[in-house]
Amino acid sequence: MHFRIFRYDPDKDEKPYMQDYQVALEPSDVMLLDALVRIKEQDDTLSLRRSCREGVCGSDAMNINGKNGLACVTKLTEVKEPVELRPLPGLPVVRDLIVDMTQFFNQYHSIKPYLINNDPEPDRERLQSPEDREELNGLYECILCACCSTACPSFWWNPDKFVGPAGLLQAYRFIADTRDKAVNERLDELIDPYRLFRCHTIMNCADVCPKGLNPAIAIGKIRSMLAKRVI
Amino acid sequence: MSISVRKFDAVVVGAGGAGLRAALELSEAGLKVAVLSKVFPTRSHTVAAQGGVGAALGNMGEDNWLWHMYDTIKGSDWMGDQDSIEFLVREAPQVVYELEHYGMPFDRNEDGTIYQRPFGGHSMNFGERPVQRACCAADRTGHAMVHALYQRNVRAHTQFFVEWMALDLIRDSSGQVLGVTALEMETGEVSLLHSRATLFATGGSARIFASTTNAYINTGDGLGMCARAGVPLQDLEFWQFHPTGLAGAGVLITEAVRGEGGYLLNKGGERFMERYAPNLKDLASRDVVSRAMATEIKEGRGAGKNGDYLLLKLDHLGAEMIEKRLPGIREISMKFVDVDPIKEPIPVVPTAHYQMGGIPTNYLGEVIAPKGGDLRSVVPGFYAAGECGCASVHGANRLGTNSLTDLLVFGKSSGKSMVKFLAENPGHKDVPKDAAERSLARLARLEGQKGGEPVYEVARDMRRTMQLHCGVFRFPDLLAEGVKKIREVADRATRTEIKDKSKVFNTARVEALELDNLIEVARASLVSAQARQESRGAHDRADFPQRDDANWLKHTLWFKDGDRLQYKPVTLKPLTAETIEPKVRTY
Repeated sequence: MHFRIFRYDPDKDEKPYMQDYQVALEPSDVMLLDALVRIKEQDDTLSLRRSCREGVCGSDAMNINGKNGLACVTKLTEVKEPVELRPLPGLPVVRDLIVDMTQFFNQYHSIKPYLINNDPEPDRERLQSPEDREELNGLYECILCACCSTACPSFWWNPDKFVGPAGLLQAYRFIADTRDKAVNERLDELIDPYRLFRCHTIMNCADVCPKGLNPAIAIGKIRSMLAKRVI
Repeated sequence: MSISVRKFDAVVVGAGGAGLRAALELSEAGLKVAVLSKVFPTRSHTVAAQGGVGAALGNMGEDNWLWHMYDTIKGSDWMGDQDSIEFLVREAPQVVYELEHYGMPFDRNEDGTIYQRPFGGHSMNFGERPVQRACCAADRTGHAMVHALYQRNVRAHTQFFVEWMALDLIRDSSGQVLGVTALEMETGEVSLLHSRATLFATGGSARIFASTTNAYINTGDGLGMCARAGVPLQDLEFWQFHPTGLAGAGVLITEAVRGEGGYLLNKGGERFMERYAPNLKDLASRDVVSRAMATEIKEGRGAGKNGDYLLLKLDHLGAEMIEKRLPGIREISMKFVDVDPIKEPIPVVPTAHYQMGGIPTNYLGEVIAPKGGDLRSVVPGFYAAGECGCASVHGANRLGTNSLTDLLVFGKSSGKSMVKFLAENPGHKDVPKDAAERSLARLARLEGQKGGEPVYEVARDMRRTMQLHCGVFRFPDLLAEGVKKIREVADRATRTEIKDKSKVFNTARVEALELDNLIEVARASLVSAQARQESRGAHDRADFPQRDDANWLKHTLWFKDGDRLQYKPVTLKPLTAETIEPKVRTY
């Protein structure tokens, strides 16, 4: 199978280049990550992140034939040759398929991604109805792979100012949690020309999410909460 | 090569569930702690845990910690230390409530309490009938847990060193642990992290097997570092083969499928577990179910054109229930084998999953090793928790859901022990002059190696050796041959060669260093397995088919130096409860 892979090692390369690989696959090689592991056997200088190989840890996000996705859950039968692989767009490249995710995580941290509730903790669990718990479905499952944020043109332009779809999805995950007592503060911190409102509902986020989540809907809900508050 | 030295009160190696839970204790106590992780914390393998965390909350009906204790001891085939097990099950409810307070999105009952589901080996009234004890967030419990723990650490301002790999343990001449050497992957720089207390929470190492549910990163780094530093490894002959790894890919399919009412079929459509475990059937302990499955396959009743897997049926649970309680495994099954479990059964096969053994500790998370006449002497300044530690609560076979209970309970207890030790032991002791020598020598060897073998070839042969010689069923001739072969592979691992010499994010170098750790675990496992002449829990010997309490109710300690083995008694006395006396184990 034929692959074209983005290569760049700042230790020796003046500029990035695309490298062609032909690799003979075994019947057990089902996913793109399997092929990449095979390629790495031929050429151990190819660098990429990977861990769980089942789409839950979020390590091996990359740009696959022009679209962001996870290599470990991308079927080889579903990608066109030559398979062109690039690092996630919009973030600085550390090496080969590895990007510097600092800005992405800074934005995640900026939304205070933890439950805020200063009431005295009960001896047992806090109670929450199944219906209230259901509000968190489609939100808490995020794996922080950054496929969405790095597919978002608004994030490409303002990664330092726009929270981005992943961060906003998590912002809403806490806003929607009946156990969280900081809804107003959370909303306050998103009123800003950039942090929330740079979202132009281009919807690339929902299109690429490997977990089938939809940050655009969450962003829409935050907007409507803000609108209601103004009234 | 010069290296920088950084000082901390505490160093935590690993940022999965155990490392994160311990870090909270340290950060919230206002201590200066460095948490090292090869991956961003939420990418740690805790994220892949599915089914639940075991705690006798009693939300679904009557339950109590004594029953949980009994199930854990019976599950361990009496190999678990009963003091540690009592501690585990009594602390379990509290650590679950804490997680809920941190924001973990547990599933809920109508009354607002945490939903609990049945799981293998969990019973009411000392084995009578199944009980619902597994607290869960759909079938993404580990994901929800590791994110909640990371988030709480963000709140606590814990300092993370992300994509740093610990290389070697630093001990002084008295044996006290004073930190680790570590490699920053992005720059290739080596540092010495000088600490007053050090915790290993490096997870499991089932990547020694060819077929495994484990992530690529599960390479037993903590165990390798211990072995090289003279700390023994305990009970590594006991490996859990999870009954339901996805055939082919090896990806985990949670036991919660059977907890929620799914069951296994052979090629004739027979629900064969009824023959092997008439009472709990598909919810018997994992070692029992895996052996039954391997027997079905061996005797020609496996499904598929090669007869090499079995069928996990759950379509009768209905689409709504599957989408609500088991959405993750549906996603995995559809993605990896094109099977929608709402319509047809999932092909599954026993797959290497969990390391019951590890770094010997007591229930406070303190690492213990023989010294003088004391078999349980505390190694000052050194702690281990989670899958890499061995308290030992899982003994010869871990009860489903107790892995998450373990990492919470012992993550917390080790963190607390460290806080106490740090208060009582102010000031950094000097590190030996040659503290970084071992690590630098390993790196220099890799750098200069010529004409060596590629890392993947040696690693592949290690995995094949383990798979063939140390699997579900173990045979005397295969074990003896396996020990010989793994020693040869270990020798080859000292001559691996990498082509990549870059300083920047050199993953070839990381993989070579990981192999150094894996190979210690593999060798310890085979040597320990060959020596144990009985069948107990997950260790099944064709030539010694019975459990032998008279001679083998004892823990194995393996030392790297000369593959030496030593034994220590199992602790049968709980902290306060009555001893659960060994008896015949049936389900």
